[in-house]
Amino acid sequence: MGDMKKTKADTLSSFLNNDNVVGHVFAAPFIFGFVCFSFIPICMSLYYAFTDYSLGSKMAVFVGLENFFKLFKDEVFLKSINKTLQYVFIAVPFKLTFALLVAFLLTRKSKMVTFYRSLYYVPSLVGGSVAVALVWKQLFARKGLFNSVLVNMGFEKINWFGSEALAIYPLILMAVWQFGSSMIIFAAGLKEIPTTYYEASEIDGANGFQRFFKITLPCLSPIILYNLIMQTISAFMTFTQAFVITGGGPNNATMLYALNVYNQAFKYNNMGYACAMSWVMLVVMSLITLVIFRTSKFWVFSESEG
Amino acid sequence: MREKKLVMKIIYHLFVLMFGFVMIYPVLWMISGSFKDNAEILRGTLSLVPEVFKSSNYHTGWKGFGGTSFATFFKNSLFVTTIATFGTVLSSSLVAYSFSRIKFRGRKLWFTFMLATMMLPGQVIMIPQYLIYYRLGLVPGYVPLILPYFCGQAFFIYQMMQFMQGIPRELDEAAKIDGCSKYGIYARIILPLLKPAIVTTIIIQFYWKWDDYMGPLLYLSRPQSYTASIAIKLFADSASVTDYGAMFAMSTLSLIPVFLIFLFFNKYLVEGIGTSGLKG
Repeated sequence: MGDMKKTKADTLSSFLNNDNVVGHVFAAPFIFGFVCFSFIPICMSLYYAFTDYSLGSKMAVFVGLENFFKLFKDEVFLKSINKTLQYVFIAVPFKLTFALLVAFLLTRKSKMVTFYRSLYYVPSLVGGSVAVALVWKQLFARKGLFNSVLVNMGFEKINWFGSEALAIYPLILMAVWQFGSSMIIFAAGLKEIPTTYYEASEIDGANGFQRFFKITLPCLSPIILYNLIMQTISAFMTFTQAFVITGGGPNNATMLYALNVYNQAFKYNNMGYACAMSWVMLVVMSLITLVIFRTSKFWVFSESEG
Repeated sequence: MREKKLVMKIIYHLFVLMFGFVMIYPVLWMISGSFKDNAEILRGTLSLVPEVFKSSNYHTGWKGFGGTSFATFFKNSLFVTTIATFGTVLSSSLVAYSFSRIKFRGRKLWFTFMLATMMLPGQVIMIPQYLIYYRLGLVPGYVPLILPYFCGQAFFIYQMMQFMQGIPRELDEAAKIDGCSKYGIYARIILPLLKPAIVTTIIIQFYWKWDDYMGPLLYLSRPQSYTASIAIKLFADSASVTDYGAMFAMSTLSLIPVFLIFLFFNKYLVEGIGTSGLKG
């Protein structure tokens, strides 16, 4: 009797310690979450994109491609694509360049560097908050701080949020200002470049610029790729800043994509239409990510290739 | 030569400091604005020193809206943020361990799915997620704001996996020989050594969640349940004139927890980010 019990316990323990079981036990939270919070919603979203579903309606009526046809006649939608691309293509390169330069500037061996790094990280730390978005709105107001600087320097006042052409720039500037998290990742990457590379180049008489372009940049290129993709994706999803600072105005000139989707879904209750919009966004973003990956083989160096 | 080096050093430090000052100026301006008069804020003065020092902004702001004070809003924020952050650390480290240390069937598949969710724009699943919670009767409520964080967050799983690659496998082997099970290896070896990555996760997840606006905007509807980020926006929404002083006062307070977490853990921030796996 006792023996049988022991074998049972043994089988249980060897079952529990089987790699397949251990792996699934540890991965269980992700598997559950993926199925419930990603996979099922994606399927639902794809289905709703072809319906006229709205919250409260009993049945979602299948309308085929109508939502997509409607999209390409929707002026607000076309404008929001245009403005979002402008936002992403200006904000991301500037942000990454800036992050890289600052990270490089802060690689010196100095006790102050940790302090400086924290200082430069502050905008990222607080920048996503409503609090800072409201401050930003005030900084660019007609009588705001930016305009008083301009006036002090002898320029005309600019009505930032009143102009369709200019309203997007305060938002872009705010995105660039939050360069801290990319900077931290660059800094971690810079730390891992072997110092022997630099020592060797110094013996060969390379100057600072050469070292930066011939050693630092190639060694960092996989990390640049990573940052580029993550920042592009997050820039496409910018919501809070547009919602709080401009609300999409004037005349939809800052109607970033995510804000437009939100409005359609939760303000106008066009759930089906909004799902169709988010799928167009997914396709556009996948294409851009794919292009980045495809071109990456021309500029990302892997150590195995030397 | 030595003098030249010293001068360069001073220029370097001055430049970095000044530039840093410009970078955090908007934040300083907000803090000083919380002590300024409304009229002074609206004039857009550059000065960080209030003409008239007015601490009553804090008193006015703290009263909140419709009888709900900021004590409630901050309590709500803290509740959601702490639980979500705890959930993220726990679940992400479990999942990262399984992906990086255990060879189980389906590992590659799930890992690919994880990378895919990292690149999946949240907006695509935001609407159906909302509908799911809505049908389960969980809207309005805190569950949608917390539950997903117990299922592992792709970004942090990935970061932790990067970090785990730097933990020598020999340690696992040694523990195994000493009779430690895979569960024990996680609890006794990996988790303690993962500390820097965990700290990075805590910092980043804490401020992401604390600052989160869209989630509470979708899922909370009663003022008593509002988080601080929603409440602060109410200052700007009010039908009457916006009380900027009070708004900045509460904004300043809302940034304090984030700063505290950051100051407390900041020396780990760079250490905790592994990039070794990014190299081709």
